[in-house]
Amino acid sequence: MAYPLIKVTGDTSLAVIFGDEISNEMNEKVRSFDEILDNEKIPGVYETVPTYCQITIHYAPEIIRYNGLKERLEQLLMRSHHAASSGATVIEIPVIYGGEYGPDLDYVAEHNGLTKEEVIKLHSNPEYLIYMLGFTPGFPYLGGMDERIATPRLTSPREKIPAGSVGIAGKQTGVYPMDTPGGWQLIGRTPLTLYDPRNSNPILLDAGMHVRFVPVNQKEYDEILNQVEDGVYVPKVYQSGSKEEA
Amino acid sequence: MGFKVLKSGLLTTVQDAGRRGYQRYGMAVSGSVDVHSYIYANILVGNEPTEAVLEVTLMGPTIEFTSPSVIAITGGDLTPRINGEPAQMYKALRIAKGDVLSFGHIKSGCRADIAFAGGLDIDEIMGSRSTYIKAGLGGHHGRNLQDGDMVEFRRENVIPANIDIREMDPPIDWTGDYTVRVVLGPEEDRFTDAGIGTFLSSEYKVTNSFDRMGVRLEGDVIEHVNDANVISNGIPFGAIQVPDSGQPIIMLSDRQTVGGYTKIATIINVDMPMIAQCKAGDSVHFKAINIYEAQELFVRQKKYYFALRDSFDNYVGKLGSIPESPLIHNNNAVNAGKPAAVKAPENKPADSAGSIPAQQRDVKKTAQAGTFSATVNGKEYTISFN
Repeated sequence: MAYPLIKVTGDTSLAVIFGDEISNEMNEKVRSFDEILDNEKIPGVYETVPTYCQITIHYAPEIIRYNGLKERLEQLLMRSHHAASSGATVIEIPVIYGGEYGPDLDYVAEHNGLTKEEVIKLHSNPEYLIYMLGFTPGFPYLGGMDERIATPRLTSPREKIPAGSVGIAGKQTGVYPMDTPGGWQLIGRTPLTLYDPRNSNPILLDAGMHVRFVPVNQKEYDEILNQVEDGVYVPKVYQSGSKEEA
Repeated sequence: MGFKVLKSGLLTTVQDAGRRGYQRYGMAVSGSVDVHSYIYANILVGNEPTEAVLEVTLMGPTIEFTSPSVIAITGGDLTPRINGEPAQMYKALRIAKGDVLSFGHIKSGCRADIAFAGGLDIDEIMGSRSTYIKAGLGGHHGRNLQDGDMVEFRRENVIPANIDIREMDPPIDWTGDYTVRVVLGPEEDRFTDAGIGTFLSSEYKVTNSFDRMGVRLEGDVIEHVNDANVISNGIPFGAIQVPDSGQPIIMLSDRQTVGGYTKIATIINVDMPMIAQCKAGDSVHFKAINIYEAQELFVRQKKYYFALRDSFDNYVGKLGSIPESPLIHNNNAVNAGKPAAVKAPENKPADSAGSIPAQQRDVKKTAQAGTFSATVNGKEYTISFN
């Protein structure tokens, strides 16, 4: 199959497909083309949804029809497949590991023949790429977890996972923006709010950003939580490759 | 003032066109499941077509009006009553303070939409008043209406022009046996030819699992080439996912934004109301058409709305010519939703000096992309889409 590929996904949307794999390189193509679409503002296109290796484009057929849009996209794809992406933005997510906040930390350690401290170290070391958001508002699909802490899902899902929970499912890690049922192994919790519908920017994270989990103790957790609740907490953000600790 | 909820009904929520532009953040679109009926209701009461309405499910609510209003009820026939007397659907109805709207048994369909002239006083969140219950967002406190709730009107005492002629025949007979048109893809190549053949020739029954998120169907197993897994990607409204079970699932307004099951086809927008009105035991057949035909129908539907709105708003004694609804070629369409043949109101004789022959207010069928023009009373109206 010759990529990129344009396919009909209904009478008001189509998909631009860049490949069929989960990789940083593939996702970079997706994000850079999504940026181009954002700048291009093609009349009739009203929403784009970037995912691992494709972009779903929603459009109004009364303004632009399938053939017209396809032609326009093909032109854009020809002149732009190597748009340099700007340096990665890393956002720090403070996490209190273990205890009541991470009831499955012991199991994850045991399953992988590690100590709890080793699990925390391996989990908080990488800068995880946010491939996309989905599942629930603000839920990040993260890539780059160390396979030494991979752990299968719970055999029976919990009915309610509290917002802010950080978990592991197979080779993936993620953080729950809102209370949801789920089968992930919970290893900790962040005091940050990833999803706040009352905020003008309701979603904290964005596809293409990187995330680093920073271990905090109970005192730090409480302090940050207070600041978050008072609406005065500013998440720490830096450019990848620059000094890591503020 | 507005109305008080005496009985909430099964699932009564505030809905409009839904949230645009937030799927990339994982936010469901939400919005009215019956994407056409709620627009008809708004047009009938003179609202903007995408104004927020109440979406009522199977068992309707009982509400008492605390101020006068004009409402219209469209969609499935859940036997609406006003003060105990049957209320006509697809018609602008005058409501007095103290009137009680209630619903009885289900005559046809699954959902009804109630539009209120002047709209509901509900805050917009992310550009929409739609309720998304799972995230506790939008609508009335992010939830379905409950007994005792008070909902206010945004503008009071709004009476649309030409109120007496604001009625139309229901566009579709909700028979419970539907043929819906689809465009194949995007993952049609993950199914065998036999699998596609099964999908397009079999009857599928609606299971007990049908809600605002999706409708699960049951019938002949649709055969995959290998398996049903894809790398998670976007899910449009009306997409038909087929998991390994081989049984199709149609995705609706509260669907999640991304999913990892193969999608065999997407139902065209024009035919989605039939799915919105499906309930357990109903039958669905699929018919494939190409994208060009599908978009022609889509644009025709949009033009139809504008012409309908225009014929009510600019009524001068006779109803003008309305382009055909795209549903006319569908086997479920009974009368294509033309305005009801009404008598001219007594205070406005049909052939008074001010009226004009129908042909003079004809609607141009050669609309330019993005706009639609109609001539009424010698005056040209251009309406932009979207």
